[in-house]
Order: sequence, then structure tokens, then C-alpha cells
Amino acid sequence: MSASPLAPGAPRSGTTFLGLPTAPPGVGHLRGDRPFPDAARTALRDGQLRANLGRATTTIRGKRAAVVSEVPHWEQLRQAGKALKAATMARLDEHLEELERQVTARGGTVHWARDAAEANRIVTELVRATGSSEVVKVKSMATQEIGLNEALEAAGIEAVETDLAELIVQLGQDSPSHILVPAIHKNRSEIREIFSRTLPHLQGPGASPGLTDDPRQLAMAARAHLRERFLRARVAVSGANFAVAETGTLSVVESEGNGRMCLTLPQTLITVMGIEKVVPRWADLGVFLQLLPRSSTGERMNPYTSTWAGVTPGDGPQEFHLVLLDNGRTAVLADEVGREALHCIRCSACLNVCPVYERTGGHAYGSVYPGPIGAVLSPQLTGVEDNASLPYASSLCGACYDVCPVAIDIPSILVHLRAEHVEAQEKPTAEAVAFRGLARVMSSPRLWHLAQRAAGLGRLLARGRPTLPAALPPPASAWTRTRDLPTPPGRTFVQQWNEEHRS
Amino acid sequence: MRVALFATCLVDTMVPQVARATATLLQRLGHEVVVPPSQACCGQMHVNTGYRREAVPIVANHVRAFAGAEAVVAPSGSCVASIHHQQAMVARRAGEHALADDAEALAARTYELSQFLVDVLGVTDVGAYYPHRVTYHPTCHSLRMLKVGDRPLQLLRAVRGLDLVELPGAESCCGFGGTFAVKNADTSTAMLTDKMAAVLSTHAEVCTAGDASCLMHIGGGLSRLRSGTRTVHLAEILASTEENVSPTQTTAPAVPA
Repeated sequence: MSASPLAPGAPRSGTTFLGLPTAPPGVGHLRGDRPFPDAARTALRDGQLRANLGRATTTIRGKRAAVVSEVPHWEQLRQAGKALKAATMARLDEHLEELERQVTARGGTVHWARDAAEANRIVTELVRATGSSEVVKVKSMATQEIGLNEALEAAGIEAVETDLAELIVQLGQDSPSHILVPAIHKNRSEIREIFSRTLPHLQGPGASPGLTDDPRQLAMAARAHLRERFLRARVAVSGANFAVAETGTLSVVESEGNGRMCLTLPQTLITVMGIEKVVPRWADLGVFLQLLPRSSTGERMNPYTSTWAGVTPGDGPQEFHLVLLDNGRTAVLADEVGREALHCIRCSACLNVCPVYERTGGHAYGSVYPGPIGAVLSPQLTGVEDNASLPYASSLCGACYDVCPVAIDIPSILVHLRAEHVEAQEKPTAEAVAFRGLARVMSSPRLWHLAQRAAGLGRLLARGRPTLPAALPPPASAWTRTRDLPTPPGRTFVQQWNEEHRS
Repeated sequence: MRVALFATCLVDTMVPQVARATATLLQRLGHEVVVPPSQACCGQMHVNTGYRREAVPIVANHVRAFAGAEAVVAPSGSCVASIHHQQAMVARRAGEHALADDAEALAARTYELSQFLVDVLGVTDVGAYYPHRVTYHPTCHSLRMLKVGDRPLQLLRAVRGLDLVELPGAESCCGFGGTFAVKNADTSTAMLTDKMAAVLSTHAEVCTAGDASCLMHIGGGLSRLRSGTRTVHLAEILASTEENVSPTQTTAPAVPA
């Protein structure tokens, strides 16, 4: 409908290039209110969270490993996925315009949203135009990213999450902590508590008492609540896993069938999709629909794969709107190292194997995109200075890269973003002064040997003991609070060796 | 073969016995060891903390120090991985193409200790003796970047007297991660706690690995808890021999000084 914001180098002012716009602050959920180390400190003290996450991630890691090992050519499949994504990103503008043409030709309407605020405004106006004050929602990361539920609520429209885990999070007035399993931080008894406190049909004098934490009972309680909503809803909002440019086909991949209820029953369907989700050809789905379920839920095939193109008279929604969301993605595309993060198909395999995520959980990342992919995606969408602690929230162990179904080199992007952060500082920090000094020392053998000799003097603090005292001043204290530091030796190896071998 | 030993900055400054053990082992296997005196650091800590520009002169010093070496060996998976994957990249990014080419050529001749022993020298039994219950932690960069696989285990299985016990959850990161250990000290310690629990569950006397940095982290935690289990670098175990055992040896590696 409106003009594309995607023309190369679009936002120019006179002749000065201002940089591509990032996701604006004040709307959506890409920024935390605390730096990662602080948020993590709180999460690490929560024994229940640690137990829930440890159990859940271990189970899903095992399932994924088993079904991936069954595929004889997994690595080739993975490289095919990577190549398809890279080729698509190289001509993203053309594929999106083709998608717009095909969706329009099949009776859909395409809207281009520069950012979260614009997308929220478009969706709110579309819902208002239907006269409905309620929408049912398919699980969607894009709408979580832009804070659509809050925007609709402010306009007097109730958004009902219908994915079971999203419903748990919504009813618990909580926020998602995982891309695929938003309530991974909750166990069964916590879910039972939320349901019995909030589900309308379980309240009041007529309600049957005694909901237990049996998974079947919990699912039945959610079903009773949701069925009623599905049947009365006139508008649905979804995200999209894929959009095929050549056919104008949208696709949502889910496990419960609740998504399909939303995609088929209401009169109006509004889909909000990040622009990086487009694939050029129908055949490309063949690669991604093999990679995605095995990597995400550890299933060989996805249970409910819905596809639709435009509208079909007399069958399904009779009005279809596609909102194409930028919200910083073009800025990510402009970074030749970081752009690989746009290849993500939201499987969450990297979260499940990440030793940091396993201990801190998703909320510590402060963004709807947690874990390793979140640590490279969120800072790029917002601009690295707005999420400066996230690129450091990794030990660079590389487990994420190994499991990524489209081979995103997450550790290399993390390192790149750390450098972008360092290089963005206008005033030198104490750390930068130290690292610059150390670089000078480490590039001059003479200075290096002097520095090593000085470090060796640290042994005087130990007074003959094999380890240094536990109470050292910062920054050494960050180490010694929990770990002993060995007493440095009197002489280094290189020094000793060269004294012995001086001829 | 004439082997140039890259001690690495951390080993050289904090645990020189690991470099000594590496040299002793290579000499025992009949190779000439040289230790270029102007060596310092590979630059990894700078690159991984965001100081990639500052790392360039460190890379240049490393390339100068080892110029002309036939083969370079280092007792560290992490430093060798950085030499292979980062040195040329940061030099090229800074426009130093000649340096990048030299770094690439040097990287092709640079080996992590277990890879050098098994792949280049073709030995798995290095004649070592270490009569202790030992568990092996595969460090992340040796496992995932260098893909050393079971080479360290092949070497350990051939050590006389050594009782090798499998480490549960071995492939989980120990939480060191360079400056991560101090920038995210709490998360790092939570990861360490789980690693220590796994190590202690094996009732091993010693936890070994191919990286002194991860071992300093794991060993520092075990020592703080007075667990008795210590960390010993793979090179030190492989350098230990029966002739050098003293009556009061305990788990200290028996490497001639």
C-alpha cells in the first residue's frame, strides 16, 4: 500500500547519511531495564527456575540430538538452509515486492510498517474497522516484539493468546522467557495455580473444584477456555514462519492446532511478519520444514503446518491483511557480519543448548529474543548501545553455532558486536585504557617481560601459600570472590628457558 | 623435527610448569624444541573483549616471533583456535593484508598439543606414567573450533597407571569464557558450580584438560571449596614418567624441573 521503506540508503537528510533506523525505544519488548549481569544475578538465586530450566532444556536437547542424528545429510541440509537465506537476503527488496504482488493478486492487502509503532497503529486501525473489540492470537514473536497486545489494550481491544504456553504467560501477567516454549520457566504446579486463579470457568460458586497438575487436566482446562473464544472471535492476529514470494503463500508452523483455529475460523485475519521471513520459492519450504521441527521441538515432522494465500471465497477468513515489519531489520541487513542473524528461523535450538540461558533463563536478557540468538539480534535491532551488555552474555562456548539449523556463526557475531560497542565509545573507558595499555605491552617483547616480572611480584601477597588471598581489590575480586588464583611464579617459562639455553 | 613452542601468555606468566612439561615431552619424543624469546600473546583476549583493532600489533608481534618456524605447538586449544580463526581476520579488517597473509600461513603450521602428537607425530603412547584416577574435560574451543575429538582421550588411555573416568555432561562449558569470567562473574560461577559437581561425582583425584585457562577456573573453584581434587594440564600428565616419581609425589606431575 504505502511506499517501501527498504530502498537502499533510504533515510538521507540532504547529503548526510544518518544510518538506517533501528527499532525505536518506548514501544515493544526489545530492551531490558537492567544490564544482563544484574538481571542474571537475581535469576541465578531462583532455585525453582534453575530446576525447571535444567530439566526442560536437558530433555529437549536430548530429543533434538536424537532426531537430528537420524538424518544422514543433516550438514548438507543445514548448508542448503544457510545458502537459501543468504541468497534471499541479498535480494530482499525484490522478493518482498514480489510477495506484495502475489498476495495482492490473491485478494490480500499488504501494509509496510517501518517500525513497531507504525505496525501497532496499522493493526489497531484494521481491528477497529471490523468493529470487534476482541482478537484471538496465534503464537507470534513479531507481535511480542512490537508490544501489540499492549497497543490493542490501550485502544480498548482485548487480545487473547491461544497458544497454550502464551496463554499461561498472559494469564500469569508474566512475559515469555523462551522463543518456542514461552512458559519454560514455569512447572506444572505453578501452571495449575495460575489456571485455578484466573480461568473464568474455574471461578465462582458453580465452578468444579480440584484442578490438579496432571498435564491432561491442565490442557482440558485451557481447551474449555479457548474453544469458546475461537468460536466467537471475528478477528485473528498471527505471525508467520515463512512467506513464499512466488505464490504469495503465508505459513504458520505450530504443534497444538490452536493456531489453525485462529487462521480458519474468524472473518478477518491480520498477519504481522518480519521482512526477513520471506523465501523466494515454494520449493524452499522443503528445506526449512525439514530443518525447523527437528531443531525446535525435536519432532521429525511438524504437527500443524498451515499455509494460505490471500482469500478464498466461502472458505476461511474473507479479509486478509499482511503487515510487513522492518523495526530495525534493514539496519541489521546493512552490517555485513551481523546480517546473518536475520537468517534465524526461530527454532530456539540455540537457547536449549546454551549454558548461560540454562542458568539465567530468558527474562535476564530483557528482550523477547533471549539466549544466543537474542544476544546477537536484540542489540542489532535496537542499536548496540541500547543493549550493550547482551553481546557479553556468552562464554563463547560455540554450542549455539553447532546446533543452528541454518549455521549462523553466533559466536563470531557476538565478538563483532562487542567490538562495535567498544568502538562506539566516544570517551575512553577505564577498561579501554587498560586494554590499550596491555596491547602496547603485549606487542613489545621488552615491555612484556617487564610486565610479567611485575605480575610475578603478586606472589608476595601469597606469603608462601599456593594461592593468592581471596580478598583482592577490583577487578581481581570479581574472580577471587568465588575462585582461588594461583600464586604467580618467580620466573616465567620463556625467561627460564632462555637463561638455560643461552649459548 | 624442530618444534617452536608457543607457551601462551597465561601459561608463561601464571603456570610455567605447563610449558615446561610440553617442552620436556616433545624432547623425550626426540624432537628439538625452540622457544622464541620475543613471543607474548596471540591476541585472543583483546579480540574477544571487543578490542580487535588493538589486537593487530599483538598479532604482528606473534607473527614476527615465530617467523620461519617449521611447526608451532601450544598447550592450549583456545589460543590455537584464535590463531586459526581470528588472527588473519582482525589483520585483514584493519587493512593489514600482508600481516593477514603471514598470519594465515603461520596458522597452517600451528598445532594444539594433542593434535600435534596424534596427527603430525602419529603417537598416542608417549611413554607416560601417572597412577591416578583422572577425568577429562573437553574445553569448548578444542572441542568445537579445533575439533580435537577423542585425541586427548587416546593419549590419556595410553598412560600407564592412569584410571580414566568419564565426566558426566563433559561437553558443557565450565563457565570460564575469558573476560566473561569477570564481566558475568555470577553466571560464570553458576556454570562452574555445575561443572565442579560433575567432576566431584566421578571421585577423580584429578581433572585434566588441554587449556590452562579453563583449568585455572575449575581448579580455582575446587581449591576454594577444599575439595582435594586438583586440576592438572594434559601436557603435565603426558610428561610425567615413572623415573621421576619421588616418594612424596601424590598427584603432582612427575616432570623433571
